[in-house]
Amino acid sequence: MAENRQHTETVSDIHKKITTAFKLFDYDANNTVDAREISTIVFSLGCFPSQADLHQIIAEVEEGSSGYVHLDTFLPVMTKVLLEHRFPPIPVEHILRAFEVLDKENKGHLEEGELTKYMTEEGEPFTNKEMEEMLAVLLNNKRGLVYYRDAVGLLGFDGVMK
Amino acid sequence: MLSWLRGIGTVMGCGVSKSSQFHKNSRKAIKAAVLIQRWYRQYVARTEMRRRYTWHIFQSIEYSGEQAQIKLYNFLGYLMDNFTPASSERNLISHIFREHEVCLDAEWERYFCYKNIEVPEVYSGPHLTFPLTVEQAVGLLEAFRNKKQLHSRYALQLLLETWKLLRMLPNINRISTCQSKEITICGDLHGQLEDLLLIFYKNGVPSLEKPYVFNGDFVDRGKDSIEILLILFSFLLVYPCDVYLNRGNHEDHLINLRYGFTKEVLTKYKIHGKRILKLLQKIFSWLPLATVIDQKVLVLHGGISDTTDLGVLARLDRHNYVSAMRPPKKRNSSSSGVSIDADLEEDIWNTSKIFQRRASVSYPKPLGPRDCFQNRSLQDFSGRIKVKMEDELESSRRRESVYQLAINRSEKDVLGVSNDSVTSYDNPKEEWRQILDLLWSDPMSQDGCIPNEVRGGGCYWGPDITEDFLNKHNMQLIIRSHECKQEGYEFCHNRKVLTLFSASNYYDVGSNRGAYVKLGPDLVPYVIQYQASSLTRELTARQSVGRTERSALKVLREQLFAHKSDLICAFKKFDKEATGLVSLNDWASAVESVMHLDLPWRMLCSQLVSCKSSDGTIDYNDWFNELAFKGPNAADHIDQSLLETLYRHRSTLETIFRIIDTDNSGFITVEDFRQTWKLLSVYLKMEITDEDISHLAVTIDSNNDGSIDIDEFMEAFRLTDKKSRLERGRSMFMGTVTDLTKLEGDPSI
Repeated sequence: MAENRQHTETVSDIHKKITTAFKLFDYDANNTVDAREISTIVFSLGCFPSQADLHQIIAEVEEGSSGYVHLDTFLPVMTKVLLEHRFPPIPVEHILRAFEVLDKENKGHLEEGELTKYMTEEGEPFTNKEMEEMLAVLLNNKRGLVYYRDAVGLLGFDGVMK
Repeated sequence: MLSWLRGIGTVMGCGVSKSSQFHKNSRKAIKAAVLIQRWYRQYVARTEMRRRYTWHIFQSIEYSGEQAQIKLYNFLGYLMDNFTPASSERNLISHIFREHEVCLDAEWERYFCYKNIEVPEVYSGPHLTFPLTVEQAVGLLEAFRNKKQLHSRYALQLLLETWKLLRMLPNINRISTCQSKEITICGDLHGQLEDLLLIFYKNGVPSLEKPYVFNGDFVDRGKDSIEILLILFSFLLVYPCDVYLNRGNHEDHLINLRYGFTKEVLTKYKIHGKRILKLLQKIFSWLPLATVIDQKVLVLHGGISDTTDLGVLARLDRHNYVSAMRPPKKRNSSSSGVSIDADLEEDIWNTSKIFQRRASVSYPKPLGPRDCFQNRSLQDFSGRIKVKMEDELESSRRRESVYQLAINRSEKDVLGVSNDSVTSYDNPKEEWRQILDLLWSDPMSQDGCIPNEVRGGGCYWGPDITEDFLNKHNMQLIIRSHECKQEGYEFCHNRKVLTLFSASNYYDVGSNRGAYVKLGPDLVPYVIQYQASSLTRELTARQSVGRTERSALKVLREQLFAHKSDLICAFKKFDKEATGLVSLNDWASAVESVMHLDLPWRMLCSQLVSCKSSDGTIDYNDWFNELAFKGPNAADHIDQSLLETLYRHRSTLETIFRIIDTDNSGFITVEDFRQTWKLLSVYLKMEITDEDISHLAVTIDSNNDGSIDIDEFMEAFRLTDKKSRLERGRSMFMGTVTDLTKLEGDPSI
């Protein structure tokens, strides 16, 4: 369904969507945001880029090394990203299966240590702060176990923000 | 089988493997990890986005409320212009522009006398004896922590002592961090006792070794404003050289009418509340305006402007400015040489262009031509009030001399003074603007100085203004409050301005932290953050965002519903074929055109509208049914649009009620109620027939005694679900008690 909606979206719609998200972080009302907010903006537009992808986008839109991004530069770049569906959302089942892969013994849960090891050592590793926050959110019991089916349900899945 | 792993993106390689199966498994695991990481990061970003727009919602509504308040004052002033002196409407409100009191100080002391107030045996709160000791101050803290209330006798006595003390203080406190004392500075508290208790718990109570500066906005919005004041004042009395209070824009009785403090006092102190409020008016006007630490750090509530001059601020008579929204009172000598308070009625006010700001360094011209009232942000209308003949003669003589003085001075000023130094001409109008700027301004990141149109008072000032100001006064830091910040504090202007906000969870549970600052002899601010309410500690970040978000959305839905007619009008413009449907884009445009809140409506749509069809269009009539005001059952004979107007402008309505309720009794007569409606109908440019108003009045005055309980009236207009309305036990429209029990019995409700 989400895909259908995207196909009928005009470029003007996409521009409006991007501008709205951008302006939420434009604290000085001068069409500029801090470059560090770009990842939040990109994610909230329904994209699921990797960290590497994000770094690439930021490099493309940042004004030199000022640390700022102007809407005029961001808009065309992001529009292209959305029109191309470059970073499509990950279906829920895939996330579940990802957890199942890590849960080698099929216990239905992961130990805190296990998850931490994967998240902080593999792929695009989490910082300590990110890991702490993730555990705070996912660890809802005293036994130090992550019931990932619950977690995926709990955090929900909002593939596309309109 | 492994198709879902494709297209994930680059993956880091793994280490040395023993077998290809092991290799494959590791690769799978790594890819799985990447997926999970990406998913989680997206969740974090979404949460951040929600936090951001939730904040935006609350802030927009808060500031538009302040603006509405100021617009109301402008409107009332406009009425003063246009209604004849004899009209009853004018009489209704003229008292807020001029105090009909010409009182000697001795008379005031008699009025505020507490000595005849008896404290009953059954009273279980603290008993105070003066002079106050630190044990008593701490005892007061404990009592309030245990939800006790201070008896009005002691409250009045404490306030009287405070008044006496404050009158001896200068406009600008000057303190130092000598003997390696660290000074603790707190920002807005807004009646949130829990935060003050938390600060004292973490940091200790004020003492000789522990000086404190409280930077204004002690009252309004929160429910324990009077308790906070009593605590701050009691410590001030015990340690007058170690507790410093700065005035905030909410230490202003006209603001208190709207934002809850007036109501709180009248509710808690039913018999003596009126006197307490009057005394507080005086106390507020005597609160110092700013504090300077070690001659290097300036602490004040709002901020500065391009014309802020500490010299002027230090010299003016601050107590003449009872409310930042009213013209200054003038202290005159009567023939017997005793000082009298009276209002200044001068034509000079009418001609002032002082609030017509231009960007940056334009020079105020006190004698410019009169502008149309829409352009001015704050007006002084006292000049238009009629006076008695003798007074007229007296005042015209005074006027002449002040006028002449002002002309002389301004001519001198216009002639040859450089733009970057403001001469102190002790012009009350200029002084008034200095105070307004001090109490209401906000920093911005662009250079320059422009009127603060969002709030309606003060200005926005830029980093260049900060730089110039600090250089001119040889200072290094400005600490101010006035704006809620998510972390409780925020630096700006190249770390030369620090905003400090001490009311945590200001918008809702989990919305923000509070902070206070410690400043030692090195004058490097050390910030400590906190968040009151044990509840927030247990909530995860997601849950607290969720709660705050739900709260914000609820408020927003109420606002939207209150504008139903205008919104439907706007939708119809987009729905020319009268299909009852609009696209998402059109919905967003229409809503913004009516609400003017500058919110990300497209983003909020999914949260505000559930009846969207699969092709993305919205049935707006269905939508209003969704938002439905669980209507007043018995009020069918009252026009729906009238109800809607009433609901939308309920804050303004309540403010007007409280203004009209001159003796602060909490009641207004039915006749006054009618007059209020006529006022409101002019303001809103609506046609309200006398018949409509009569119907409304009859319904509301349920016991037919000719008077209306303001609180009860306002209670009726809340978008609550039926259950909580039942719990509250009453509503104007629920009729009698028997009706209520019938409702309780009905299982379908």
